[in-house]
Amino acid sequence: MSQHERGTLRVKTGLAEMLKGGVIMDVIDADQARIAEEAGACAVMALERVPADIRQEGGVARMADPLKIKEIQEAVSVPVMAKCRIGHFAEAQILEALEVDYIDESEVLTPADVEHHVDKWGFTVPFVCGATNLGEALRRISEGAAMIRTKGEAGTGDIVNAVTHMRAVFGAIRALGSLRVDELHAAAKEHRAPYELVRWVAENGRLPVVTFTAGGIATPADAALCMQLGADGVFVGSGIFKSGRDAVLDRDGWIEDVSRRARAIVEATTHFDDPKVLADVSTGLGQPMVGISAASIPEAERLEARGW
Amino acid sequence: MSAPLNIGVLALQGAFREHARVLRALGAEVVEVRVPSQLDGLDGLVLPGGESTTIVRLAELYRLDEAICGFAGPILGTCAGMIVLDREHLGLADLSVDRNAYGRQVRSFEADVDLAGEAEPLRGVFIRAPRIRALGDGVSVLGELDGEPVLVRDGRLLLASFHPELTDDTRVHERFLEMVRAQAHEGEASLPPTNGKEEIRVGA
Repeated sequence: MSQHERGTLRVKTGLAEMLKGGVIMDVIDADQARIAEEAGACAVMALERVPADIRQEGGVARMADPLKIKEIQEAVSVPVMAKCRIGHFAEAQILEALEVDYIDESEVLTPADVEHHVDKWGFTVPFVCGATNLGEALRRISEGAAMIRTKGEAGTGDIVNAVTHMRAVFGAIRALGSLRVDELHAAAKEHRAPYELVRWVAENGRLPVVTFTAGGIATPADAALCMQLGADGVFVGSGIFKSGRDAVLDRDGWIEDVSRRARAIVEATTHFDDPKVLADVSTGLGQPMVGISAASIPEAERLEARGW
Repeated sequence: MSAPLNIGVLALQGAFREHARVLRALGAEVVEVRVPSQLDGLDGLVLPGGESTTIVRLAELYRLDEAICGFAGPILGTCAGMIVLDREHLGLADLSVDRNAYGRQVRSFEADVDLAGEAEPLRGVFIRAPRIRALGDGVSVLGELDGEPVLVRDGRLLLASFHPELTDDTRVHERFLEMVRAQAHEGEASLPPTNGKEEIRVGA
């Protein structure tokens, strides 16, 4: 029997490579998970509440009940991800024991530690972490993150912060490429990131791990915009299941609407550079998520500022 | 010098860029395939790893499933790409596959794959990998892990349950390009000779 090596960096980043060009959808129960899989989601994120509801209802947002996660794992064959609070390594241990396929150490939940993120090297299960700029992304990678997502502002349906964060990350990568080798030490200091990672990025012109975009994607056009700006794929949180007809008053109508929107966002992510396909799939999708303008959110309530 | 081979990589979802990178490094021209017309003029096709449910759905939507069934050149299928080609899906490959057969991501692994006729093993990265459960008589086993087939050839199809595109060992891709070159050459040989009598005499 040959030696099977689990949890190597290549195995952890490898799953993220397989998710590329795809859409990862937030789901809160088995029904939503099945709708997402049927629509072509490449993975689902198991949650207690979607970000829009967390924002509205307030309170402390925590890891989902394992019962909910198991129910979703049994409902679908695509990878199932779940969120733990920033720095909450005990929640992460529980999620690993549940055998979720990826852990999202997420600013959407209430942070458990104001100084330290989870030491992700100690886990077999891979982690994805949020970032608003290059330095933050590299700090997460140095802690062991095997995938990065730009944060955007979750639960708003407003794409503006996602665009800001992608431009910050990808722009800084391009800028590093123009520096001389002896200038990279100062650049590492400026980005507050390890020199070796900064140098790798400067030489390769990209992050060493797959980079998705999240936070505010609500339409096929939003997904195509992110892909054209350089994202490897997209996370859609509230944008799908908070759209369409009223879920309580007209359940069948709601299922029809959210299914169509989910399929359209999947297609737009694959055919992101084909405006004819984008026009086609954007047609007659019904009511999008109402959303709130990210600029109207008071500084203290912005999720993007969580994590450092 | 012969013209470079034109290889298509199905780019609906998954690790298509990694395959493209390896193939380009080996001297092939690579086309990303998202609609059926992009299959025209290709010498070979790669179906990459990704989520098989997502890839199958997007393929059906643009009738790429039919187009792939009509494609006559060699095809390399890795992981999800192998699932897409099996008996239960497109039915081009004479084998049955169990999806995610090693378990969830925490059970994903890398291990040395024994290659038939080669002393040096190949490092295989197995991500939520499928397992081949049954093989047709015409399928030959080229690589094994713990005595189970993980790299097989069925005529013009080369199938791997792991991800050769994630390592720097290019032997699987080289073997695929050899198959493509051989079939392209066969195609030329079967065309009526156009270069005069000398050629005919050589052929006879």
